[in-house]
Amino acid sequence: MDDLIIAGRSFRSRLMVGTGKFASNAQMAETIAASGGDIVTVALRRVNIDDQQDDLLNHIDRDKYLLLPNTSGARDADEAIRLARLSRAAGCEPWVKLEVTPDPYYLLPDPIETLKAAEVLVKEGFIVLPYINADPVLAKHLQEVGVATVMPLGAPIGTNKGLKTRDNVAIIIEQAIVPVVVDAGLGAPSHAAEAMELGADAVMVNTAMAVAANPPMMAAAFAKAVEAGREAYLAGLGKQQNQAEASSPLTGFLRNK
Amino acid sequence: MEITVNNQQRTVDTSTTLSALIDEMGLDDKRIAIEYNRDILSREQFSTITLQAGDTIEIVNFVGGG
Repeated sequence: MDDLIIAGRSFRSRLMVGTGKFASNAQMAETIAASGGDIVTVALRRVNIDDQQDDLLNHIDRDKYLLLPNTSGARDADEAIRLARLSRAAGCEPWVKLEVTPDPYYLLPDPIETLKAAEVLVKEGFIVLPYINADPVLAKHLQEVGVATVMPLGAPIGTNKGLKTRDNVAIIIEQAIVPVVVDAGLGAPSHAAEAMELGADAVMVNTAMAVAANPPMMAAAFAKAVEAGREAYLAGLGKQQNQAEASSPLTGFLRNK
Repeated sequence: MEITVNNQQRTVDTSTTLSALIDEMGLDDKRIAIEYNRDILSREQFSTITLQAGDTIEIVNFVGGG
């Protein structure tokens, strides 16, 4: 498979993996290994002083994976910027998955606050990967301020519903000058393959792996689907049409008329 | 004296440094980030700061997320 290039950096895998919702850190580590992913997302939260858990970072080889901190929990641009700066202070490279989700029920991203935060963070030297609704006009505005990718959702976070935004994602892909990463809502390997066949540059998966009965096996299944989808896209899919078109010759039948 | 750490009241000795507080809490300074009275600190600053009564400190670390 051809490499994924984001902000001038090459990645072998086109599958980004989240680290939330796993039963244990050991299971998370086994799953990201099975996914073949190079980029793993993490969140930033207050240290629980009274109940310190086994540190997630003990289980992620920083030489092998790019740690991509998200700004989950941010309700506006200021909160997102604060989280991004804190992630950098905690020793991360200046990469950030920008998420601004004021609505707790559907976790849909706020386009205005996301754009505001992106503008500030790009100026501060961050490599910004914004999580957005599948809005082609917003994607353009974000690219104008210098984001490194756009990450349109397939469906709301954690819903496993698949590529419900297919038509708009197709427009974003058609117009994009940065990689398009379909993020959120992809619940099955077939959903990931669909996004890749459509021409997405990468996909990002967390819940579908973490809630599977066997997360590492599911991660391996996603890896294959992403690869298959990418290869199909590069190979060039045939056009759809309504009327049948025979694959076998229409001559030499064993009949006289 | 009283300070606030992650929204909890905490009593520390006067002239405690931020580094000493981190040690006292059993934290690894390479795995955390700190906001000290809303200013984000670099790791090098931890040992240079002497806590004052009424300080507000946020200490964060990475957890699983998507």
